[in-house]
Amino acid sequence: MHDLPQQLANGLILGALYGLVAIGYTMVYGIVQLINFAHGEIVMVGGFGALTAYLALPGGTTLWLALPLMLIAGILVSTLTAVAAERFAYRPLRTAPRLAPLITAIGLSIVLQQLVFSFYPDAKKARVFPKIPGDPFELGSVTVQRSDIFLIIAAPLCMLALGWFVTRTRSGRAMQATSQDPDTAKLMGIDTDRIIVMAFAIGAAFAAVAAVAYGLRSGQIDFRMGFLLGLKAFTAAVLGGIGNIYGAMLGGVALGLAEALATGYIQHLPGMHLFGGGAWKDVWAFVLLILVLLVRPQGLLGERVADRA
Amino acid sequence: MRHRSAVVVSIAVIGALSISACGSRGEKKSGDGNAGATTVTIGVDAPLTGDLSALGLGIRNSVELAVKQANEKNEVPGVKFEIKALDDTGKPAPGQQNATQLVADKNVIGVVGPLNSSVAQSMQQIFNDANLVQISPANTGVALSQGEKWASGDKARPFKSYFRTATTDAVQGPFAAQFLAKDAKKTKVFLIDDQKTYGAGLAATFKGEFVKQGGTIVGEEHVNPDDRDFAAVVTKVKSSGAEAVYYGGEYPAAGPLSLQLKDAGLTIPLMGGDGIQSGDFIKLNPKSAGDYATAVGLPVEALPTAAKFIADYKTAGYKDAYETYGGYSYDSGWAIIEAVKNVVKDNGGKLPSNPRAKVVEAVQKVSFDGVTGKVSFDEFGDTTNKQLTVYTVKDGKWAVEKSGTFSG
Repeated sequence: MHDLPQQLANGLILGALYGLVAIGYTMVYGIVQLINFAHGEIVMVGGFGALTAYLALPGGTTLWLALPLMLIAGILVSTLTAVAAERFAYRPLRTAPRLAPLITAIGLSIVLQQLVFSFYPDAKKARVFPKIPGDPFELGSVTVQRSDIFLIIAAPLCMLALGWFVTRTRSGRAMQATSQDPDTAKLMGIDTDRIIVMAFAIGAAFAAVAAVAYGLRSGQIDFRMGFLLGLKAFTAAVLGGIGNIYGAMLGGVALGLAEALATGYIQHLPGMHLFGGGAWKDVWAFVLLILVLLVRPQGLLGERVADRA
Repeated sequence: MRHRSAVVVSIAVIGALSISACGSRGEKKSGDGNAGATTVTIGVDAPLTGDLSALGLGIRNSVELAVKQANEKNEVPGVKFEIKALDDTGKPAPGQQNATQLVADKNVIGVVGPLNSSVAQSMQQIFNDANLVQISPANTGVALSQGEKWASGDKARPFKSYFRTATTDAVQGPFAAQFLAKDAKKTKVFLIDDQKTYGAGLAATFKGEFVKQGGTIVGEEHVNPDDRDFAAVVTKVKSSGAEAVYYGGEYPAAGPLSLQLKDAGLTIPLMGGDGIQSGDFIKLNPKSAGDYATAVGLPVEALPTAAKFIADYKTAGYKDAYETYGGYSYDSGWAIIEAVKNVVKDNGGKLPSNPRAKVVEAVQKVSFDGVTGKVSFDEFGDTTNKQLTVYTVKDGKWAVEKSGTFSG
């Protein structure tokens, strides 16, 4: 167990990544009750946006200069894609039965994958993503990668900014109001269409940050990266209580820790040697989800809400 | 109505996309001349898109080159060859569909492929039932040719239509184990595999021989082929005190795995089989210097027989490299062409009305000098060429470390 601090750190960092993606699911669900299954692909296009910016920069540009530009490009691409998706794929279906936009979301996710696959140069294979150069930092017995420092700084920063936005700004409060009751909010003079677009855009911006973090961590991105990441983040959102912004981050961290600890230790528990290790980490992540849903169906931070009349 | 039409449109789009994804990409016809000749098709099944497409495109191009040259030389008078390349994306299900499609095409006289052992598993029965010869340039899973019980010495060939020009993991894993133990002098190895037919088989045969050589397996891990985040596994490797990692699997996961090992401050090499011996492994992994990979046969570049192949491949102007399996694919294509030639010769100068079964028999008997050495098959359909090479990453390229013939 002497590597426990390292595994906890691994889990926290992975969890922060899941949390950033989960925000997008949660915000959209909180306001329009839509599970945007194309959100994983919003992450993916953000990654390719950032990569494009990196490739467009002259060779030899330091990453400290490139990284902000990559982030801006990623956020731009993700946000535009999400806003366009909302306008053309979801808004026309807003009054349709709940199943219709869900199907569209799945369709959209395939469309986005295929677009990148077909039109982005060499996207048929994994594309190399830059890493932050330099040796890792040693904090006691814990090794922290330079690339992960980006995530360690970005995730809390994004959370704080979002918290401030939602509670302190007019738009943020309008967002809360819309999430509670869109019809009444509209009667109170809130432009709910604008608020919904904003929820998509903020989720997409977070997705782009997550995409850059993912690329920096694994040194590569590919057109299918959004699928598994999106599924994990959706799990994190449900785990934390879907619709709750802080719940998304908490759910992400819980999921990340569950994966790291399952890979590290379940194998060593008596009678469990067949069910441990990296191959089973996804299984344990979903077992955790089921357990939480059995005990607390609304998720860790979710509130039990009465069905709207 | 507007809403309903939106749903219909989105369903139609999904449908169209999934059909186009399953369909055949990159089908190419080649060669001309020989007007009035019988046209026969050599099928190719390989991942032409997706993670493993670097290897797959190398396979397709090399077979195409073989076919083009056979036509130019009028190798089999009265017969004109063309290829039909289908994309299996490296997965068993599309591979099985492709097999069915190739069997249904009466012009297809033989198939080169696939890349992955797990894909081959899903195709063998279909080809065997149709008596259609299949030659894989890359499968190394032992059970494919020697039956499930091969490890206990009970070898039985399950499908008489299946051949391969690549040696098996029964040879490749142990060869790597001997190299790590004897040449690289490693005593403690951490074993990781991706649980696919190829990766798990390779890891298992490696383990057997490494323990026999007196080495210790200090830890074992299984990962999922789609994983790109190995932090938790890397932590386990680090605390195990391993001197090397042996990975059974392919480069899309092996690249980031090796990179994350080195990022975590581990200065130990990662070794794998031919599944990681791709240029993309190095591209995806800037810290790959010193990593090892075994590959079947001798390096194509080092063989005098291969110089012409390399020059011709260059002249043909393919955008993608021939990669690890190019030479084997070229030889597989030629094995089918040779077999057809012999069948035609035995049938008085023209193709018999039902040539498939005859071609299977003829492939069993082929023997010629290919670009990878002697091309012929033993009683299991395995290549008789048991040579292997260990490569290491040096100056951003795979360099030959050691070549040899495996002996038990």
